[in-house]
Amino acid sequence: MQSSQQITIDRPAASRAGGIPDRLPQRPTDLLLRWEVLLLIFLALVVLINVQLSPFFFDPYNLSDATFNFTEKAIVALPMTLLIIAGDIDLSVASIIALASTAMGAAAVAGASTAVLLVLGPLVGLACGILNGWLVTAFSVPAIIVTIGTMSLYRGICYIALGDQAYKNYPDGFDFFGQGYVFWVFSFEFCLFIVLAVIFGVVLHRTSFGRRVYAIGNNPTAALFSGIDVQRYRLVLFALVGLFSGLASVLLTSRLGSTRPNIATAWELEIITMVVLGGVNINGGSGTVPGVFIAAFVMGFLTFGMGLLNIPGIVMTVLIGFLLILAIALPVVIRKLTSARRRSA
Amino acid sequence: MQRRQVLAASAALGLAFSAGSSFAADKARIAMVVKALGIGFFEAAHRGGDEAAKELGNLELIYTGPTTTTAEGQIETVNSLIAQRVNAIAITANDTDALVPILKRAMQRGISVISWDSAVAPAGRQANLEPSSTKLIGETLVKLAAAPIAGKGEIAILSTTPTATNQNNWIAAMKEALPSQAGLKLITTVYGEDLADKSYRETVALLQGHPEVKVIVAPTSIGIVAAAQAVEDQHKVGQVFVTGLGLPSELVGHVKQGSVASFAIWNPVDLGYAAVYMAYDIASGKVKPSPGASFPVGRLGARSLDDKGNAVLGPPTIYDKSNVEQAAKLF
Repeated sequence: MQSSQQITIDRPAASRAGGIPDRLPQRPTDLLLRWEVLLLIFLALVVLINVQLSPFFFDPYNLSDATFNFTEKAIVALPMTLLIIAGDIDLSVASIIALASTAMGAAAVAGASTAVLLVLGPLVGLACGILNGWLVTAFSVPAIIVTIGTMSLYRGICYIALGDQAYKNYPDGFDFFGQGYVFWVFSFEFCLFIVLAVIFGVVLHRTSFGRRVYAIGNNPTAALFSGIDVQRYRLVLFALVGLFSGLASVLLTSRLGSTRPNIATAWELEIITMVVLGGVNINGGSGTVPGVFIAAFVMGFLTFGMGLLNIPGIVMTVLIGFLLILAIALPVVIRKLTSARRRSA
Repeated sequence: MQRRQVLAASAALGLAFSAGSSFAADKARIAMVVKALGIGFFEAAHRGGDEAAKELGNLELIYTGPTTTTAEGQIETVNSLIAQRVNAIAITANDTDALVPILKRAMQRGISVISWDSAVAPAGRQANLEPSSTKLIGETLVKLAAAPIAGKGEIAILSTTPTATNQNNWIAAMKEALPSQAGLKLITTVYGEDLADKSYRETVALLQGHPEVKVIVAPTSIGIVAAAQAVEDQHKVGQVFVTGLGLPSELVGHVKQGSVASFAIWNPVDLGYAAVYMAYDIASGKVKPSPGASFPVGRLGARSLDDKGNAVLGPPTIYDKSNVEQAAKLF
């Protein structure tokens, strides 16, 4: 079931493999039924309805402001996509963001420069990610258990360090990364996200690294017997998620200009929602970076549009939850329908 | 293209003349941003805000806030309010500092900003409305704690989160006022995170871990209800008393049960009412928010700013058996 879905996704490999097809022949309707296409249509609908309902939506400054609400989460969603495709999950990302932010705050108080903070945040994230990956691979504990544990651990350290205090003495110039613009209305955060999305897209869809990630997610045992060092790959993916959580922490801390231990609370769920809405199979084995990329915009613009109409946040959460269930149910329903049709044919 | 120029021009205008200039013909829009939706205290403040909006006329009140009490959630809310180009924002902040950059941006775009209930750091707002003075609340809480046990015994505090600005200020003021009641001994402070179930569990743990505690002071409208319920469920009514800050409508049953002897609260309806008036005063250009400035606040008269940009609504009112039922009908 999973493999049939994966086959339709890895188009580029076909050309490199010297014309040997790696998927079933496709009809035009199959293309239309691809998750990314459905998402794109949905995104267009969201934009269209918002433009109809609010005179403030289609304004470059407002749309730029709106991107700040989801860019940091979307940056973590990129490596999370790879991790979930490989069959793992990391629930500790929000806590890693908090811990990296706390570390940067403490360093800033001690007089660290902006350059030092820029290195320190991602480094702390990387360390957390490696610890997660090591615990998962060395002791063969399910990732969900390990990262529920480290979620409390990392967040707990922040509370011990800060209590009810806040770090807010960040050096001059540090605010650029979360508040600055590269040109016109395009923020630094947003441009960084675009660049990273392209890189992650290439890595997942055009390299052997990416193909191995799919292989591990589909069948880790088979992947191992095909000569893939599965445990090392998993460790690397956890480290990547940690590293980019640290990077997101730099951006968020810079945007807020302060660190409290409850920073980024509950972001892990929003990040994973983004990934699943992007069409990534929560059990691993399939999914694409473009899908997650579009899903980030769908979630961002949907919540921003509802915000413009002053729809209460509770209603927004209900709607996002509904979308998520739809995202999981729809492929299953379509598959059932098409297989029934094939049987009858 | 033209749209952008108009926008830039209006932004420049906003900077040059303060926001008031822009709402002559249109209905003025004032946004009331709360810590999270669905909290009784803020719903009552909303009612006061609506009352003020009706009195002022030609005013649309937008009542909004995130679903969880986080700074990030409020930033998203403020972002959408900036995009809607509201005239003023009156906010009760989940984080003193983290909201400063976004509120600064709001002010740059010509939106008047005040904070109320839980303050924003001075750089992020033009004025702040304190529900009561911290000192007065601390003294009132100590008085409430002493009342049911004649000023002698062990007490504990049930707070919200360790990061909540106002909770920590009140607890600090309470500790300062504690020496006035020599018989009271503060044993511990526990945190219920403003969640009913967490507050309940923390209270049960407190009752079991510290059987010597006679009074639980919960300066939180969610915590006090959960604590009173826990005391009743543990059959400690008459041995342990819950007090603090809470809503009459939510506590009237517990006062009847006896788990709560008395409690205090400032009137959230008045607070929301005054906050909207102050936001309007600034946005309409009526009052320049500088030290000493006096704000007309409708039926409440006037409140003035101190040198740190703070105004005070008044001392909290104490409620007990004699007056809780009447107040419960209001909020």
